[in-house]
This record gives sequence, structure tokens and C-alpha cells, in this order.
Amino acid sequence: MSDEPLIDAHAHFLHAGCGRSDWREVNASRLRAGRAMGITCHVASVLGTFGFSSPTYFPSPRDVSAGNDAALALTEEHGPLVRMLVALNPNYGSHALEEIERFAGRGAVGLKLLASRRCDDPLLDPICERAARHGFPILHHIWQHRRREWPNQEISDGVDLARLAQRHPGVIFILAHIGGGGDYHHTYAAIRDVPNIVADLSGSGVDRGMLDDAVGALGSQRLLWACDITMETGLAKLRALENTGLSSADDIRDIRWRNAARVFRLAEGQAPSAGSRP
Amino acid sequence: MIDVNALIGPYPFRYLPHPDPEVLVRVLEREEIEGAWVGHLPSAFYRDTNAGNAQLYTALAPFHRVLRPVPAIRPDWPDWQRALGIAREAGAPAVRVYPPQWQLGPGDGRLAELALACGEARMAVLLTVRFEDLRQRHPLDVAGDLQAASVRALARAGKDVRLVVCAAGREFIEEVHWGLTPEEQQRVVWDFSWVWGPPEDHLAKLFGTIGSERFVYGTHWPLRLTQNPRANLDLLPPELVGARLAAADRLFDGRGQDGG
Repeated sequence: MSDEPLIDAHAHFLHAGCGRSDWREVNASRLRAGRAMGITCHVASVLGTFGFSSPTYFPSPRDVSAGNDAALALTEEHGPLVRMLVALNPNYGSHALEEIERFAGRGAVGLKLLASRRCDDPLLDPICERAARHGFPILHHIWQHRRREWPNQEISDGVDLARLAQRHPGVIFILAHIGGGGDYHHTYAAIRDVPNIVADLSGSGVDRGMLDDAVGALGSQRLLWACDITMETGLAKLRALENTGLSSADDIRDIRWRNAARVFRLAEGQAPSAGSRP
Repeated sequence: MIDVNALIGPYPFRYLPHPDPEVLVRVLEREEIEGAWVGHLPSAFYRDTNAGNAQLYTALAPFHRVLRPVPAIRPDWPDWQRALGIAREAGAPAVRVYPPQWQLGPGDGRLAELALACGEARMAVLLTVRFEDLRQRHPLDVAGDLQAASVRALARAGKDVRLVVCAAGREFIEEVHWGLTPEEQQRVVWDFSWVWGPPEDHLAKLFGTIGSERFVYGTHWPLRLTQNPRANLDLLPPELVGARLAAADRLFDGRGQDGG
């Protein structure tokens, strides 16, 4: 399986405007670990300035644009190894639509929505309509089962995303990081019957049973392998997939890269292969 | 390599698949881990842990070559010294204590008394910072995380105390380590089952600052994927590949190291 492509469907990079003197080292570490793991494509977004000049989950329009510019620069620097999602803050609707148009046709493969607005809010509808027009999937930050408000983000959960996805059946929604905090069992129940939602496996959580239950509830064709900000948990889950005995080799290929290639519409011949690994 | 942070038995707040010793033995073999120190997960939530310890000894007996019992002993329970004697007779390398679940705060003299008694018996005290991520806890799971102050207090209790602290993150480890004297630091080792790898590289930073020899191998099975700590080691930057870990079974000779 190590010669197979491997797409990280949920990656982030930093840039000089993030206020961290080690931003280059963090980016280099992601690329180094990616090489070690066999990642052939990082599908990445840059979330404004990650809190430096506006909050990570409530980025100002200026920071949104700066982050997207940085993401574009990374795609230009690294070629097919890095693909970008356009990050948006739906509270600034016109700006969000302008950002989509600014990067459509320049290598963007989808949109990234954070936790700036609860995801079933009508403010998101124009963005989803524009996504449908461009064939963009939407990766949405999710808290698995929100039971209360948490500071610094307006969280959404699987039930909220299901409402949005049912309003926009022509858009594929990627429910972010089932291991990223909260009760993933609630998520599985919430999205099981909403076929235009797929889930990514990223997050620092590596609970035993999480993967088994994801495969059982959603099937291997609705799961995307991913890391987010902890790559060792991504590698652990990748190895665990091969040990659970729940998925065939073909299913694992789907989770490793084929589902992501389909969702992000990486054209035949553009899907990154192990042979193109730097 | 020894896994110091394994458990058997069910967890009250979520279903765990097959938390059984025979499954653990197969997992260790698959992951090429020589053996494990094994606690009894439900005992953390029992009032009287003695019954849970009896279950642990019985369950592990057929696997005694690979699995060593780590019973839970409450120092606020009458006649805990007897439980400690039984643990020593059973060959336990350590004793598990759960201060948050037992509502024993930092600096509780009973914890220190137990830690000193364990040290005299050349048994480590094993502490668990958390069982689950804060964000997914059951509404009834209100014990909270272990406090760093509890670890500092126990590390200062006496020169023969040895602590194995499991499921801590980088900030917790740093808060304790740099809050101890160099001599006290030598009494504490950490598992890295909850320490982040790249791209933030918390594990690499800790290996570079406090030293890899302050860490032992722990998986947090059956709550967490066994593959995680190995993945973390495999993703260390080149200059740290092969970094040597502490040998869990040589904590009392002050010089043991294990392969990384």
C-alpha cells in the first residue's frame, strides 16, 4: 500500500503574517513528515493569520485574503504536492464571493468554512450556490456534538451540517476532523443518511473504535484520510485502517486517496501518484 | 520496549471494543512490544478498588510472562497497606492512583505517604492525566484532569519516589519538569501517548529540551490506538531518530535506558 498515492484532505500551512517566528519551520515540518508518510498531496487552507491580527475562527476580510494569497503561493511553489482550499468568513458575504471568484481557475480545489457562523445559517446559502456553480466541495470545521457554546468559535455539529447539506444536494460537504474533538458517535448518526456529506478522519483524537464505527456507519466511500494539525495521529489511523479488518484493500485505497480525488475533482492524470512524490 | 500504559476492562462512558487481556497480548505481538504494565480500567471509578484488583490479578494470570499487573490503591481507604503488600507479592511494578477521581487534591499527605511506601517497595506510582479528550466527556464525567501541582507535590515527597505520568501533553510536562529541582526531575518519567508530533513537533521539542530519557513508551490501550506512539517516534526529525527512552523496568536503578 505504500506505493499508493496518499492525499491529506485537511492540511494547514502558516505564513509570515501569522506572528510566529517559526512559521517556516512548521511548514517545513509538515512537508518533511508528509514525505516520510508518503503524502502525495496536501489539500490545504490558510486560516487568515491564525489569530495574530484577527481570531482564527473569525478572521477579518483582510486576513482571509492574506491567508488565501499565502495558500496560492504555496501551490505555486510546490505544484501538485499542495492544493488549496479558499478560506472564507460568511459574515462578509460579498467578500466571500469575491474570494471564491479570485481563486477559481487558479488552482483552488474547494472551499473552507471555519466556525465564524453556525453552518445552517442562511448566510451560507449564497456561498454554497457559488460552490455548486464551480463544482467546489466545502470543508466545514465541525465540533462533534455541540452541547453548549465554546469560546472563540461559533461551533456547528453534524446535525447543523446535515441541514445545510440537505438544502444544497448538489454540493459535497466534508465534515471536518471526526477526531478533532467532541462525540463522533453523534456525528455518525447525524449524517449517516445525508449522502452529500463525507467525513475526514483527521484530528488529535485516536480513540479505539472511532475508525471501525466510521466505516460501519458511513462506509469506506464516504471517508477521507486526513491529518489536520497532528500528523502522528494521521499516520496512526492510516496504519490502524490496515489492522481493523473492516476494509478491503480497495476500500483503503478509497480512503487514502480515491475519495479525495473524486471530491476535489482532481482530473484523470492530475491525481497525485506516488511516482510524482518529490 | 514495554507499554507502561495499558488497561483492561470496560470504560463507563463509552463502548470499548474487546478490552481483554488476550486481545492485548495479540496487539502487543503485532506491534512488536515486549510486554505491558496493565491496569484495570473500571477500578478508577470503584469506591473500593480491592475487588477490581482481584479481577486484574485473575485476568492477567494466564499471561503473566507478558502482562504485569498495576493495581489501583486508594491511600484514603482503610488498610491500603495490605493492598500494597498484595501488589508486591503479585509482582506489580507500579501502583495506579487517580487523585481527581478520588477527590484527592495536590499536596494531600495520604498520597505522599503511599508514594513513599511504594518507593520503599521499589514500585512506581502511575498517574493518569486524563482518560478522554475534554471535549467529548460524558456529562457525568466531572472529575477533571489531574493537576500538574499534584505531580510536583509527589515528586517532592521523597528521594525514593518514582512517578510514571501518563496521558500528559507538552504544557503539562513542561510545567512539572521545570518546576522541580534537577534531582526531583529524575523521579518522574512520562509517556507520550498524548504528546503532539509534527508539524508542531511537541515531542521533538521535549526530547530536545528535557531529554528523551525522561520518557517511556505508553499506548493508552484500549482507549487509544496502539499505533499512535510508534507513529510519533517514526515521524521524529532525522536528528532524533533512535533517541533513547527510559527503561520502565529500571526506574529504581537510575541508569536504565531502552531502545527508541
